[in-house]
Amino acid sequence: MSLHRRTLLALPLAAATAGGAAAQSITGESFAAAERAILAGRTPVAAGVTIAMPPLSENGNAVDLSVKVESPMTAEDHVSAIHILSELNPFPRVARFTLSPRAGRAEVTTRIRLATTQSIVVLAETSTGRVHRGTREVIVILGACVDGG
Amino acid sequence: MAESILARITLPEKARKGEVVAVRVIVRHPMERAVDAPGLRPVPRKILHTLRVTYAGAEVFRMEMSPGIAANPYVEFTTVAVESGAMVFEWQEDGGTVFRREARLEVA
Repeated sequence: MSLHRRTLLALPLAAATAGGAAAQSITGESFAAAERAILAGRTPVAAGVTIAMPPLSENGNAVDLSVKVESPMTAEDHVSAIHILSELNPFPRVARFTLSPRAGRAEVTTRIRLATTQSIVVLAETSTGRVHRGTREVIVILGACVDGG
Repeated sequence: MAESILARITLPEKARKGEVVAVRVIVRHPMERAVDAPGLRPVPRKILHTLRVTYAGAEVFRMEMSPGIAANPYVEFTTVAVESGAMVFEWQEDGGTVFRREARLEVA
C-alpha cells in the first residue's frame, strides 16, 4: 500500500473541492455575486413585482415566465430594467430587459431554461433609483442540462 | 448584411394614439449553449444574445439573452402607439450576424 489511510480519507474531500471549483469556472459568476453586482449597494424593496410561473414544470427546457412590475411608467418614474436571475442555473443572469416610459406597462413574458428545482429572482430597477425584488419557487422534474447540473 | 430569419411577430394592425399595445415575438433559433459533457461532441455557444426593437425614432425595448433562454426564443412586451410606422426588430447572434425584421403599426 503506497497510499496512507489519512491520504485515502482526504480523497473524497479533495475530489469534492475540485468538482466545486470546476462548476465555479463554468459559471464564472455566482448567483450571489450577480445579484450584488446589479444591486450595487442598493437595498431592494420586496414588493411591486409579480411573477407568474407554473409552480411545477415537467420540462426545464422551456418554462413560461411572466413578470409584472407596478409602475406609473412616466418619464420621472418608470422601470428602466428588469433582471431575471436563477439561483441554480450554470449562468445566474438569465435575461435583462431594458424598458422606457414608451413601454406603457412594465410587463414582459418569455420562456427560460431551468437546470433544476430552484428559486427565480427578479430585480426591477426604476428611474428613481429604487430596486424592487420578487422571488418565485419552481419545481423542475426534468432539468434542461444534459450533464445533470 | 441582415440575414433572413424565421420570425413571427404579432401585434394589432390598428391602434389608437396613446394605446398600450402588446407585441409578441417568436423566432426560430436553436440557442446553442456551449455543451461540453462527457460523451458529447463539444459545440461552441451560438445564441441570439440581444433583441432590439426600435419604433418611431427610438429604441423602445431591448432584451439581453443568455443560454438560459429557451430555444426558439419567445418574448412579449408592450409599447405605446405613438405614430403609424415600422417597428424594427433586430437580433444579434454570437459571431456578429444581425437579423432584421419589420412590422407595421397603423395608429389612428
